[in-house]
Amino acid sequence: MRFSALAALMLAASASPPDQSSRPRPIVVASKPFGESYLLAEMFAQLLEARGYSVQRRPGLGATEIAFQALRTNAIDVYPEYTGTGLLAILGERPSPDPQQVFRQVSTEFRRRYGARWLPPLGFQNTYAISVRKETARHYGLSTLSDLARVSRRLKAGLTPDFIGRPDGLPGIQKAYNIGFREVRALLPAVKYQALASGEVDVIDGYSTDGFIARYDLVVLEDDLRFFPPYEAAALASSNFARDVPAGLAVLGELSGLLTEGDMRRLNRRIEVDRIPIPRVAAGALLALGLTGSTTAPDRAADTLRAGVLAYMWSQRQTVAGLTVRHLVLVGISLAAAIACALPLGLALERRRSRAEPVIRAVGLLQTLPSIALLAFMIPLLGIGLVPALVALFLYSLYPILRNTYTGVRDAAPEAVGAAWALGMTQRQVLRYVRLPLAAPVIMAGIRTAAVINVGTATLAAFIGAGGLGDLIAAGLALSDTRMILSGALPAAVLALLVDAALAGCERLVRPGG
Amino acid sequence: MSADPHEEALRALQVAKHFGSVRALNGVSITVYKGECVVLIGESGSGKTTLLRCFNRLIDPDAGEVFVGGRRASELDPVLLRRRVGYVPQDGGLLPHWRVRRNVELVPWLREVPNTRDLAAQALGIVGLDPAVFGDRWPRELSGGQRQRVAVARALAARPDLILLDEPFGALDAITRAELQASFHEIRQELSVTAVLVTHDLNEAFLLGDRIAVMRQGRVEQLATPGELRGAPATDYVRQLLQRARVTMI
Repeated sequence: MRFSALAALMLAASASPPDQSSRPRPIVVASKPFGESYLLAEMFAQLLEARGYSVQRRPGLGATEIAFQALRTNAIDVYPEYTGTGLLAILGERPSPDPQQVFRQVSTEFRRRYGARWLPPLGFQNTYAISVRKETARHYGLSTLSDLARVSRRLKAGLTPDFIGRPDGLPGIQKAYNIGFREVRALLPAVKYQALASGEVDVIDGYSTDGFIARYDLVVLEDDLRFFPPYEAAALASSNFARDVPAGLAVLGELSGLLTEGDMRRLNRRIEVDRIPIPRVAAGALLALGLTGSTTAPDRAADTLRAGVLAYMWSQRQTVAGLTVRHLVLVGISLAAAIACALPLGLALERRRSRAEPVIRAVGLLQTLPSIALLAFMIPLLGIGLVPALVALFLYSLYPILRNTYTGVRDAAPEAVGAAWALGMTQRQVLRYVRLPLAAPVIMAGIRTAAVINVGTATLAAFIGAGGLGDLIAAGLALSDTRMILSGALPAAVLALLVDAALAGCERLVRPGG
Repeated sequence: MSADPHEEALRALQVAKHFGSVRALNGVSITVYKGECVVLIGESGSGKTTLLRCFNRLIDPDAGEVFVGGRRASELDPVLLRRRVGYVPQDGGLLPHWRVRRNVELVPWLREVPNTRDLAAQALGIVGLDPAVFGDRWPRELSGGQRQRVAVARALAARPDLILLDEPFGALDAITRAELQASFHEIRQELSVTAVLVTHDLNEAFLLGDRIAVMRQGRVEQLATPGELRGAPATDYVRQLLQRARVTMI
């Protein structure tokens, strides 16, 4: 990798220390939601910090589409990407087997189309590793993908949703090798290795640098027709990053060409199998590469490694508490905004009943959008982070409140409403003294429904970088770390119960007498 | 006979009302004098409730005119008009989240008169409910008859000159109904309040009505005192109605 080493040197030479007087803005470092991406992003972040830059971390931001969308709109500055992914999944170009040609192609095209910069590759490839159990390989005599094509119609595949959809994934190998499986199941990275090991599926799509391949003693089938393009890992930087902090970009260039596939597999094994915290693995790697001094990340006690979920949560209590507060902020603001909109709208519709159903149904349609899709739609409009998450949660909360307000007020004790009207109450008085108090329990039920849904949905906000307890769930899923998943999921469940109980208390306060 | 032919309380003049293709009132004219009780009787769909609701502008006629105390109802503010007219619906219509006293105070409170609590207590006394016992109860803690008494008290609390009653005793069992009819008869004689009462019960009409308006298909077939009605039914329909009624009046 002489080319990239040279480029890195040139970049490093042009780098100057950040100008402290002008207080450079923080650099937003993101990753995709799997272990290696977390690790590389953390290495980027620590290296930048070691060189005096301030960094904002957005780990596990989202799969290729979401992460790149965020980069393209300058919502993030940099994340680790793979050249082959850039070529096929983002540019939609035909693959080439030559790594250098692929790199040149993505460099030129990304700069031309999006203003985004590929830094010279880090030095290793992480290509798809179609893997089977050892006994499957022995039984069918499998060593290449061409071998697999002969027997694939008898086998069950467990593939990540990403792989099933993208042109350099399942559709591509189906065409190139005429591979067709008896059954294809969509599995998250966190569970596919276990599913393969336990015999639930026979074939999975691994990554060549995964720590699990060695752990489960899997056989990686050779891509004998050279279908998969080169997937060289590299830092992908936004146009603003290159413009605003060119010296920071040069700092990341120091990593180019330094990591071999063997290094990466070892590092991945430490986080995925040995469960060593990512910041520590990243710090150790930077130290070993001679890029940082020995005083970077504080070494935490290793006693948390084998501890149970509760002990783990206790050791992470500050993180969990911080994320819980963030979660409550997400839920509180979006719910308050939804009440402020849906309540008056429900009351207004009650007076124009012919228009009520179409309007309520239209709002209900929002509810049918998958949460992840809605969150993804938000990125081009509002970027990533708190605002799009709040808007999405707000939209999800509208329907239950609107529906219950309208129905509650419409159906509230009609004979009492009729009498109040006949005895000389004004419309406003009927609403304030009769309809609203009598509808209050139904309206509160809608608010409680919205709140509980909201607490659950807010865990997905982590995928667009809004934080909250979903951060732990997303990271835990990516690292197949059950303790980490539970340390996000359990507080979220408790939070849902507490929010519901708190609102039940409010309901008793507004409940009419009698 | 407490009717005074010289002072008119209510008048409907050629009043018509359609609901879609249904002709509810078909040119009805009727005058109610101060202090009398006029009973509107007829089958379902005869227009009796529609006519009643024109008197406090719960319904505005398509054609014709309603006069209240000599003034055109269409020129009166409907909310202020309703606050001056007592109203008793069939189901009582008590506000379930208000205690009995607050229910009875409703109209005095809307009219912003000072002593609403005294007025409510007096009204409860008039209908035979001890305010000290019943004032703090919730409507759901009352029997059907008690609820209807509270509804009458609520209609009377602001001391209106006129009250409208829409089948006020129709949902009660026979014994309770008879009790309330007797009570109402006494109250009305005591207060000499003008009343228009809708019913489909001929016994009730003969018991409470100073005059009875027999309605059919949006028209008044005959408006007369009970004696005149018995002696000289104006149409075949009225005659048939009376024949059926005698069966039950043995």
